[in-house]
Amino acid sequence: MGVFPLLALLGVVTVQGPAHAVASLCLAQADATGCVNGTVGNRAAPVEGAVVTLLDEAGTEIESQTTEADGKFSFTLDTAGSYLIKVDPASLPKDLEIRPPAAAFQGPDGAIKVEVVLGKSAVPALEVRSVDYSDAGTSFADKIAQSVVQGLRLGLLLALASIGLSLIYGTTGLSNFAHAEQVTLGGMLGYGLCNVAGLNMWLGIVLVTLICAATGFAQDLVIWQPLRRRGLGLTQLMIVTIGLSLALQYTFQYVVGNSQKKVVVETFDVVTIGPVTLTKLSYVAMGISLIVIGAVGYVLLRTRIGQATRAVSDNPALAAASGIDVDKIIRLVWTVAAGLAGLGGILYALVVSNGIRWDTGMQILLLLFAAVTLGGLGTAFGAFVGSLVIGLIVELAGPLGAPGDLKYAVALGILILLLLVRPQGLLGRATRVG
Amino acid sequence: MSDPTTTSTGPRGGLADPAARKALMAGVEAAPGAPKPDPILTVDKITRVFGGVTAVDVDHLEVQRGVITALIGPNGAGKTTFFNLITGFDRPTSARSGASWRFDGRDLGRTSASSVANAGMVRTFQLTKSLNRMTVMDNMMLGARRQTGERLWGAMFAPLWSSQEKAIVEKAEHLLERFKLLEKKDDFAGGLSGGQKKLLEMARALMTDPTMIMLDEPMAGVNPALTQSLLGHIQSLRDDGMTVLFVEHDMHVVRHISDWVVVMAEGRVVAEGAADTVMSDPAVIDAYLGAHHDTDLGDDALLEDAAIAELEAEVEAETSEREGEQA
Amino acid sequence: MDQFLNILGSGLEEAFAPATAGLVIAVIGLNLHFGFTGLLNFGQAGFMLLGAYGFAISIIEGLPMLLAVLVGLGLAIVFALILGAPTLKLRGDYLAIVTISAAEILRYVGRLNQLEDFTGGSQGLFGKDYNKPFVDASFLGDGRFTLSPFNYRDIADGALWVRLLGLAVAIALIVLVVRVGRGIKTGNGPALAGRPRLTLVLGILASLVALFFTFPVTYDATGIDGWWARLVGWTLVAIALLVTWLLVRSPWGRVLKGVREDEDAMRSLGKNVFLLKMQALVLGGMLGALGGMVYVISSSVQADSLGRSVTFFAYTALLLGGAAAIFGPVLGTCIFFAGRLLIRELSAAYLPDSIMSDQQSQQFSFIVVGIALMLLVIFRPQGILGDKRELRFNV
Repeated sequence: MGVFPLLALLGVVTVQGPAHAVASLCLAQADATGCVNGTVGNRAAPVEGAVVTLLDEAGTEIESQTTEADGKFSFTLDTAGSYLIKVDPASLPKDLEIRPPAAAFQGPDGAIKVEVVLGKSAVPALEVRSVDYSDAGTSFADKIAQSVVQGLRLGLLLALASIGLSLIYGTTGLSNFAHAEQVTLGGMLGYGLCNVAGLNMWLGIVLVTLICAATGFAQDLVIWQPLRRRGLGLTQLMIVTIGLSLALQYTFQYVVGNSQKKVVVETFDVVTIGPVTLTKLSYVAMGISLIVIGAVGYVLLRTRIGQATRAVSDNPALAAASGIDVDKIIRLVWTVAAGLAGLGGILYALVVSNGIRWDTGMQILLLLFAAVTLGGLGTAFGAFVGSLVIGLIVELAGPLGAPGDLKYAVALGILILLLLVRPQGLLGRATRVG
Repeated sequence: MSDPTTTSTGPRGGLADPAARKALMAGVEAAPGAPKPDPILTVDKITRVFGGVTAVDVDHLEVQRGVITALIGPNGAGKTTFFNLITGFDRPTSARSGASWRFDGRDLGRTSASSVANAGMVRTFQLTKSLNRMTVMDNMMLGARRQTGERLWGAMFAPLWSSQEKAIVEKAEHLLERFKLLEKKDDFAGGLSGGQKKLLEMARALMTDPTMIMLDEPMAGVNPALTQSLLGHIQSLRDDGMTVLFVEHDMHVVRHISDWVVVMAEGRVVAEGAADTVMSDPAVIDAYLGAHHDTDLGDDALLEDAAIAELEAEVEAETSEREGEQA
Repeated sequence: MDQFLNILGSGLEEAFAPATAGLVIAVIGLNLHFGFTGLLNFGQAGFMLLGAYGFAISIIEGLPMLLAVLVGLGLAIVFALILGAPTLKLRGDYLAIVTISAAEILRYVGRLNQLEDFTGGSQGLFGKDYNKPFVDASFLGDGRFTLSPFNYRDIADGALWVRLLGLAVAIALIVLVVRVGRGIKTGNGPALAGRPRLTLVLGILASLVALFFTFPVTYDATGIDGWWARLVGWTLVAIALLVTWLLVRSPWGRVLKGVREDEDAMRSLGKNVFLLKMQALVLGGMLGALGGMVYVISSSVQADSLGRSVTFFAYTALLLGGAAAIFGPVLGTCIFFAGRLLIRELSAAYLPDSIMSDQQSQQFSFIVVGIALMLLVIFRPQGILGDKRELRFNV
């Protein structure tokens, strides 16, 4: 069994980006045309070959399309009003059916109501679910076990990115909103190197990490160090990272488009251990992540360079006074942080999200911040622990009753609650105020 | 030289007269925690621990009303932390085990920083906190208390607060004139020199009509030429009837203007007494002045640039240490 | 040339659209937070979403419109209190993290399938379901209306030179207005007979006349995307501006700026910093909610269309216009919307598809937004209208 139906079974739902960025083959013109665009299935698992029919309110057929590999359909209309959209059940793979919409959108005969406004795109939800969709199959304990392992997997991959985020925060005080784009960059480079250029996957992973590290080095050289020299305030710098994040996101979209890109096309072998079923690659990715994080931890705790980094985190002025080249340390931190994020990105695209999209990073950015804050701002070990906690919360929220995307909301909600009780984070120390 | 715009208590018991002050303080025993004839501030059992290190551990301390009390001690003695604690900027670790302090008959044990200020005890900061991107005048006007226009609901309607505003402007101009800052009133505070910022901060604190003013290293980083006038201002505050408590490194300054000296070391009050008595106490010299042992404590040379630069470096080290604690 | 002018015209239409007015109001709220108080609220889109949901759902559930507005505002107040209570005593970045997270939670909850009957799930709520009371309240009557009724077509049969002349006059007037506006702050700008405020008002009116003379626009008087929505939207903008101006020039506004500069100094002077920050957070949040209602009045309420990017756009617009400047949000937001549309349309019209497809020109406009935000913050943090001395972030 491939990873694909497995993910569908587990109810993995992608998070949609803001509506303005939704792919629109039909571009709505103000006062002239309206669009009905969408994807059969979802963007992570689109359905190919589904026949989508657009009908007017009376049920007369207007147009019919068959989806391609990306599952997309797009109708252009010149009259505003209510329409119906229908998917031919026979055109779907035989184990799938369209998830019925809420009562308000249910039309006759399994159709879905859409409201078309000129100059806008309507995006009806045509998600699929398994025909024998039911929760009865697996026992609750098994589901929990599966989720715990998935949570650890997500946590370890998040940790790769969040440790870097935390090191940057620790040494420079900067909350880097563009860090998530480094994650996306990792996945995108993986797509380019392995999928497009046909490189071996393992070589690709190594190359991606190195290239991303180089971008971190270049970023500090070209942007951050000059700005620190200029004496830009932290708030100001943070807004610069937001600008960078926006620019990068849309650059990704500009270059590779809107759709989900796979790093490698093949499907991976699945290994079942007890109640837990994951791809083999997932276990490998978890192993890689553990080893790399362990190495970073060793460097931080046991080597001179790590000592210097911690000294800069504690007190840059004092570190500089005791002969540490603070700029060099910060340069190194940026390089390592970007490399780790890139590695996290390609692994995430391989084993968690089954591909990479321009906004994949943006979707996990808040989880990264949550992990860093949860562990106590600026401590690398805290970020590691925080990431594991966040990973577990996200994956366990589903089986414990949080519907759909709410699992991300649960993680953020817990972060807010924790800040109420322990503003210094789980592992942070209480500090002197004023 | 009584300030007509100050509504606080006027000269009390003729304390503007040096002899009277000397007589008053002569009756006080020169020992840590000694009772004062008329204490304005009484502190009991206040401790503060940072990550296992006790920064402040004061068992009992009284501050006499109407005189200038200096708080001295080596770096890390806990002077600024002590200031933070009694002005509500920090909470004592002993908050639930008997810490209490009374100011002017009011219990301040559980009060926020802003209520402490409203009770009449106003502080300044070691690193001046002038509001750099606001004008000198706006800085001053923020000091005035009980402004109708600062309440959200009245703020939109100018007639409700314009007359009060006029009175505040007058008062601010009067104080600025006294501190020789009047011609700078429309400049941004960020453009002032370090010494002028200290003056502005002091003037701004006076806008609140305090009964007691607490100055954290008022001379640190001030150009020596301004030191004399700052000293004069501090003395005139006392002569107006205010109580002054100040932290200072410069022994010359301490000896010159203080009526009473409290010595802290490692968080504790180790000695109290008149400046001459305390400074000649060999125990104090050992406990506190190890670093400057070779210099004469009251030597004018301490006012030289080099010595001041050295002190500044110390202050900076202390500050970055503190920032390190916060980070 | 005609195509170019038409694109400019559509840029102008975008700048005056009801959705733009909505965002302007939200940016005015953000100015109160960030510009005047220094609060890092990264969840303004959440406040907008809450206002929009509160308004739309209340009307769908049958409440009268005025009450629906109050529900939206009330929700914003509650949201601000919940977010502010734990964070306003902590360091600034905590507020940032909590607000951005809370706004995302709202979005996730809004698009939840289980709430589809209530919020419409990811499809959202359709405008026609809730904007009837708004349309019914119009006193503009039926029919269509062109502004300005007297325009370039009435002179020399609408020759090109008339339009170009009108455009030149409009640009000159706008530059004048901006210079007068900056002059009021710094005390040395051009002004008519030494009356800068009068010059400012006349200048704004004259430039509007010149703009609409060059680019006349025609809409339904009342329809959901017509003059009525624009009139209400921009009237609300004017009210929001007036209230902010009255507030920030008062002693209350002075304390607000003091808090922005140094909280501890304000505490040492006996100001209740927490209360003040809370008041600013609530007020700005209410403006955000009001902006959200205006934002959706002529479209639909969709959780995803009020996500994080909207907050970031709001920051870009604010910094572009000038933080802590009263008119900064208006100028910044209008330029932001019009500019993005112009970049998109111009590159779509004049760059061949082989270099940039229509889809890519949309993305290109966002890339420009991101880079503009970076450059603005680095090289001109005071924006167009701000006072350079006042707006260097740290002195």
